[in-house]
Amino acid sequence: MPVISVENLSKSYRLGQIGTGTLARDLSVWWARARGKPNPLLKIGQEDRGNRDGETIWALKDVSFSVEQGEVLGVIGRNGAGKSTLLKVLSRVTAPTSGRVKVKGRIASLLEVGTGFHPELTGRENVYLNGAILGMTREEVTRKFDEIVDFSGVEQFIDTPVKRYSSGMYVRLAFAVAAHLEPEILLVDEVLAVGDAEFQKKCLGKMDEVAHEGRTVLFVSHNMAAVAQLCKNGALLQDGTLKALGPVDPVIKQYLSNDENSRSNDAVRKLSNQRFAVTDAYILNKDGERVTSPVAGEEMEIVIAYRSQETLSNAVAMITIYNHQNIAVAHLNSKSGGRGGKIQAGEGKLVCRIPHLPLPNSTYRVAAALDCEYGQIYHSPVVLNFQVEVSKFYSTAYLPPSQYSAVLMEHEWIFS
Amino acid sequence: MSLPAQNEEWTMVIEPKRSLLDLRLGELWRYRDLVMLFVRRDFVSVYKQTILGPLWYLIQPLLTTITFTVIFGNIAQLPTDGLPQFLFYMSGTVIWTYFAECLTKTSNTFVNNANLFGKVYFPRMAVPVSILISNLITFAIQFVFFLAFMLFFALGGANIRPNLWILLSPVLLLMMAGLGLGFGIIISSLTTKYRDLRFLVQFGVQLLMYATPVIYPSSAIPERFQTLIKLNPMTPIVETFRFAFLGAGSVHQLDLLYSFVFMVVIVVIGAVMFNRVEATFMDTV
Repeated sequence: MPVISVENLSKSYRLGQIGTGTLARDLSVWWARARGKPNPLLKIGQEDRGNRDGETIWALKDVSFSVEQGEVLGVIGRNGAGKSTLLKVLSRVTAPTSGRVKVKGRIASLLEVGTGFHPELTGRENVYLNGAILGMTREEVTRKFDEIVDFSGVEQFIDTPVKRYSSGMYVRLAFAVAAHLEPEILLVDEVLAVGDAEFQKKCLGKMDEVAHEGRTVLFVSHNMAAVAQLCKNGALLQDGTLKALGPVDPVIKQYLSNDENSRSNDAVRKLSNQRFAVTDAYILNKDGERVTSPVAGEEMEIVIAYRSQETLSNAVAMITIYNHQNIAVAHLNSKSGGRGGKIQAGEGKLVCRIPHLPLPNSTYRVAAALDCEYGQIYHSPVVLNFQVEVSKFYSTAYLPPSQYSAVLMEHEWIFS
Repeated sequence: MSLPAQNEEWTMVIEPKRSLLDLRLGELWRYRDLVMLFVRRDFVSVYKQTILGPLWYLIQPLLTTITFTVIFGNIAQLPTDGLPQFLFYMSGTVIWTYFAECLTKTSNTFVNNANLFGKVYFPRMAVPVSILISNLITFAIQFVFFLAFMLFFALGGANIRPNLWILLSPVLLLMMAGLGLGFGIIISSLTTKYRDLRFLVQFGVQLLMYATPVIYPSSAIPERFQTLIKLNPMTPIVETFRFAFLGAGSVHQLDLLYSFVFMVVIVVIGAVMFNRVEATFMDTV
């Protein structure tokens, strides 16, 4: 039984200036329209778009889907794909431009925790205020008060004004209130970006618990590991339209492959006229051949060809390798070898040699950056992608289960 | 499989536009705890870290009254309908402050709460309504203070005659709250687009005070300006209040009725505008 039904939902924003800027000119436009006359400020031949300048962008365009009772749906997509707009419409912060959403049950959103906290009020007063803002009645808050304080772990300071709290305490108390809302439908947007690792774990646990109680969760995040772990289904948004909907793993895979290709093309284009530009990036295997799927356990070289406008001394090159869940598995920094390099003006190559590639079968993305003495002069989230399909890391060709192994490690067992 | 009929039992439908008069007052009632918590927040937070704390509620009208007495009473020597100057100015100040505070504070609803409104939904009207209530409490404190002075002057033999019109004071309060709210939310709806209005409000309220019999009795106005001053919906309210408690001036039922109708119209226009703006203002602020 669906609890959310999104029907042809669209939302447009106008870029640039809204209105003509002054009240007098707006009034003259309204007055003309009221008499059925054309817009007096319009240039001849210009299309009448009302008294509005600027272009329209569609943050959401004709999106339709439904969410079943108890489903945990991960909403993923690049920045600006419309994820947050979707949650804003669902949480009624802003109205859609067209289409509609039908909802069964109470919706609560964790768009940002701590909304409406007042620094002068005590923790206790803020729990009541924040609870009411999120839609709880006084009684409900009173009933759950002890539980909330327990969860937050700030009992000692509950009667202290929150302006004296550390930022960690503040966030914990705020999340505790939100976590005890008990809505039928919970919208979560990137809240996991806050707090320390332990607290993030607590948050994930709470979301899991909510889901297991049969309530519906919509989870927006860039953390693919969290999405894969928490959600059964995924929805991929791209430029305001729904690109994919279904079981979470294939949706994440589709997102990462599309995402990286388009991003790396962007990056290459953007960099062509800078003082330091990467002209090519590729992988060489142990025989010096260009490959896209190096073999685990064998030697490989990541080669970054560049063109520099100037000579740079004390340059530090670094690359970070991300796996398919967007987790950084290794950071390789030229500083680790203890010496700064020198980059000559003109064309050249940076080579990073990895003697025994310790990565299990998966797809990977390589981000690269270059620092020189006056700061970072180059950064790209994707210089190249590769996948590992064959592993000779262990002499037996053994492959550990992928969910338990982000890296391969040389080791030895001793039975005695 | 569930029955089709069950599938249509949606508890909420989010649509681009709702009808103009769908003000959803029932929802506001469900959020009454929030309204009261906003009131509490405003009270607690305003005078935290001040030495005199809540005493400021009394100091403010007292200082204003003294200033008015010195400037308008003693220097300009404006008439006060035969009342003690101090009482005359104090009654005007206390009443006017309620209206003025309601108006200026509600007029900032959207701009001051943009951050909050952008994160979470609750009936936006909760904010202006809470402002009316917290100002009402301030008014009550100041009014009791005024009554104390009244008693003091009465014991001193001043010619003050409270009368049955006092019974009308809740209605007068309602009218002031309504006018303040109506103008306030109209302005707050417009400020999402025209920020200039924010600067005009303070100034406009100040000017309006001089067009209202706060520092002078309406009897002191020359005949040719009488209609002009009666167009101001605040005039009959201030006059009636003063007449009810101090017994000087006059009450005109028709003028009161005019004010009341004016108030209702302004509140309806304000509510409709507010209702329209609240749906999409996040996109423009």
